[in-house]
Amino acid sequence: MTTTVAFEKARAEGRAALIGYLPAGYPTVEGSITALKAMVEAGVDAVEIGLPYSDPVIDGPTVQAAVEAALKAGTTTADVLRVVEAVAATGAPAVVMSYWNPLQRYGAAAFARDLAAAGGSGVITPDLTPDADDTWIPAAREHGLDTVFLVAPSSTDDRIAMTTAACRGFVYATSVMGVTGTRDQVGDAAAGLVARTKATTDLPVAVGLGVSNGAQAAEIAAYADGVVAGSAFVRRLLEAADHAAGVASVAELAADLAGGVRTR
Amino acid sequence: MDTRPDPGHVLSADRPGRFGPYGGRYVPEALIAALDELDREYTAAKQDPLFQADLTNLLTTYTGRPTPITEAARFGAEAAGGARVLLKREDLNHTGSHKINNVLGQALLTKRIGKPRVIAETGAGQHGVATATAAALMGLECVIYMGEEDTRRQALNVARMRLLGATVVPVTTGSRTLKDAINEALRDWVTNVATTNYVFGTVAGPHPFPTLVRDLQRIIGVEARQQVLDLTGKLPDAVAACVGGGSNAIGIFHAFVDDPEVALYGFEAGGDGVATGRHAATITAGSPGVLHGARSYLLQDDMGQTIESHSISAGLDYPGVGPEHAWLKDSGRASYEPVDDADAMEAFRLLCRTEGIIPAIESSHALAGARRLGERLGPDATILVNLSGRGDKDVDTAAKWFDLMDESGEVAP
Repeated sequence: MTTTVAFEKARAEGRAALIGYLPAGYPTVEGSITALKAMVEAGVDAVEIGLPYSDPVIDGPTVQAAVEAALKAGTTTADVLRVVEAVAATGAPAVVMSYWNPLQRYGAAAFARDLAAAGGSGVITPDLTPDADDTWIPAAREHGLDTVFLVAPSSTDDRIAMTTAACRGFVYATSVMGVTGTRDQVGDAAAGLVARTKATTDLPVAVGLGVSNGAQAAEIAAYADGVVAGSAFVRRLLEAADHAAGVASVAELAADLAGGVRTR
Repeated sequence: MDTRPDPGHVLSADRPGRFGPYGGRYVPEALIAALDELDREYTAAKQDPLFQADLTNLLTTYTGRPTPITEAARFGAEAAGGARVLLKREDLNHTGSHKINNVLGQALLTKRIGKPRVIAETGAGQHGVATATAAALMGLECVIYMGEEDTRRQALNVARMRLLGATVVPVTTGSRTLKDAINEALRDWVTNVATTNYVFGTVAGPHPFPTLVRDLQRIIGVEARQQVLDLTGKLPDAVAACVGGGSNAIGIFHAFVDDPEVALYGFEAGGDGVATGRHAATITAGSPGVLHGARSYLLQDDMGQTIESHSISAGLDYPGVGPEHAWLKDSGRASYEPVDDADAMEAFRLLCRTEGIIPAIESSHALAGARRLGERLGPDATILVNLSGRGDKDVDTAAKWFDLMDESGEVAP
């Protein structure tokens, strides 16, 4: 399934889509596959698979801790593609979240080719704006991959228009000015940002940063096409007594959030 | 700051902030507005005589510019193959290094933009001290991010920053050094950008920092070029500077870029030796990629993960380098060579003994490079060395290196 189909399906059901994030390779490559599959079974519409990177400047302490552990365990870009393949096989769209340096090091064209071959749907690029580099967009287009760029509360209307024009699949709106991490409240800026974004595009707009429970998901689902939760899932794995408990906890959160996006 | 137009061969016009294929802006969208604002204000400030006058006044009456050049006659004769060695005395700046040149300009820009808070990263602590100093002078709130490892190596500078009223945040992620301090400062900036300006310490990072910091450090070379002409009647044969991120090197190089007869040498931290893998010789042993918002050389593995750097000098212990250096290297205009810890410390010792000047360990890499150039170029050569900082902060490290203290930190008998 493509992300477009997933968003259409959710829209047809009168709800927002739910996207869940976990980094590949935490606590192990196999362990991340198990957790991501559990997430899908519990009601996540699409998954975002983090490619571990040594300098994740837009990630808070929770994601940093998991990613550092994944790198220490030796997770490679090839491992990330293996996770994509395993999760995509469930039928849920799998997008990769990657900082630019590991992608450019692998080669933009080679990564697009291999991600498409693994069944991946696209890439979210948190530190690559569409105007920063000329190589990624053509490579992604050639292989039919989603190019998901971020818009932020600080973005001007002109930049939002430039960004959404370069997006395929969906647009990622960051709810607050800040790094990833669970928050008690998702910023008031999010609804305004979604409205400004929707004024420029027909693509679905998903909101991320800070979503940690079903109630917050419901709040966002009232105005956005998708809800992204990341750190809340990672925390479930980090704080669990063992991996089986962590996976169960991830599934429980996915079910809570899936309920949230259905009660708009 | 010097407002001459950028030489066309250094800065390409098609994308702002590009140096050939290097530089650019690889940052989260959330930061673009702040970078654009900084770029806009800086462009306006460059044309504003009042801003220029304020900066010049501070550089003169507060920092003590112009800094002199000192003829290091004994060092040249005894340690550098008889070459004529001239030291550009950035160590004599207020706060003890060239870092203040940049910080005063950026703090004035912060006031101009109207933000009440500044943040900065620091490695050796020199940039942190300079930023804390400017913040105290101008009444700005100041938070400094410093790798936990560096707070131990440079405890004296941590105390200095706190005395100046800054909050020092030890960074415990990743390698706990400068690279991670920059990550943490970027995270703070993304979160607090509405009230906060990031006073970046070197010529790396996203546009406009490489250009902005270079322009604020250009004064080193502009002064030195004239001083050398006045003293010797000709330009130097070579200019030597240490390169971590590369701000003091760009500062002294830039005025000489259009003088083809002047060879430009950057000396990177070779740590335990480049062959050991424990070093910070980014241009010598790295490859092109993106770190901290710009494309340049960096130390990275096959997956594009940053490799931790190693150097006895906290200020050079950085796995990246400014994009303009990458371009100067590729274009052949400047040469970059590694200097390992042992050679740097030998040059440190020699300058102390021959000239009565205790240099920063960072700058000692340039001095070691000058020794090498002196042997290569011979006694007729004139070598201009950027003595970028003083070594007071390094006395503890040096005392341990030279066995002047015992295990418990007591002075050896």
